[in-house]
Amino acid sequence: MATWKKLSLLLSIIPILLLLAYGFKTNPREVPSPLVGRQAPPFAVVMFDGSHNSLEQLLGKPIVLNFWASWCFPACYEEAPHLEAAWQAYRDRGVVFIGVDIQDRDTDAKGFIDRFKLSFPNGPDVQGKISIDYGVYGVPETFFIGKDGTIHYKHVGALNEKVLRAKIEEML
Amino acid sequence: MQSVGSSKRSLIACLLLIVVGVWASAASAGSLEEQTLRVAAELRCPVCQNLSVADSPSEMATQMREVIHDKLKNGESPDQIRSYFVSRYGEWILLSPARHGFNWVAWLLPFVAILGGGGIIVLTIRRSIRRGHESNVEQSSPTDPRYASRLESELKEWER
Repeated sequence: MATWKKLSLLLSIIPILLLLAYGFKTNPREVPSPLVGRQAPPFAVVMFDGSHNSLEQLLGKPIVLNFWASWCFPACYEEAPHLEAAWQAYRDRGVVFIGVDIQDRDTDAKGFIDRFKLSFPNGPDVQGKISIDYGVYGVPETFFIGKDGTIHYKHVGALNEKVLRAKIEEML
Repeated sequence: MQSVGSSKRSLIACLLLIVVGVWASAASAGSLEEQTLRVAAELRCPVCQNLSVADSPSEMATQMREVIHDKLKNGESPDQIRSYFVSRYGEWILLSPARHGFNWVAWLLPFVAILGGGGIIVLTIRRSIRRGHESNVEQSSPTDPRYASRLESELKEWER
């Protein structure tokens, strides 16, 4: 009887331990996106400077599509200088950077752009359709779209220089 | 006189048509809202803690409800809309996992746990009842021969 009890106790504990081990092993930043490896959803943004940008226009160039907001502190504030630096480093090699500001006020968003002297195009996602189309959970999230329009990689959280360079080089 | 009567009738018919039209459009708008909420209730709000898109007051949930509303208005079925959200967010977005493959574990495990738990409870009760019977039987059997002989002698005395 005692053996039976021990066995059933072990059988109930082992799956729980395995589940915990699996949970601790996985990276919470790696949110699997069904979009990776698939064609990027089309988007069209009217930028804060009044210009227009759409996926259709930009096809054939690697795109870094960054979702951000001025209220997203500190992650968006941490990655903004890296994004600008990478844009400056890769703009001559045909890489396009697009910033999509979500759930924000225009004045706050423009203040953010001025603060970090962001020179790549940024525009608001007025009705949230782009962020929903890209399955965005929160900010910041960045999609690396290849020349053929396929989503190469999705990054959740603040980007750093190393990741930015590595992923852009993979697309070039 | 006849012309006045017929114009009255046509006026009433027109009014009826307007009333029916307004009622029909109101009814269809209501059903669209209801359908929107029904689909939204099946989707998880991405920025909330265990709240559906229908229940969440967040801006993202509001925008998602608008997307659902627009898609229903454009003639898409609730199944197509659910598939759209799954294609963007993965199956995680569904509050109830789809019934296929490994997901069946999530559907069946609670029933297996209830049956298993019930079985354990029944076995434990049966065992305790059996133990109770055994202890009663043990208590009723004469264990000490001194008492048995004393009882026998007292009974004989009483018979005399």
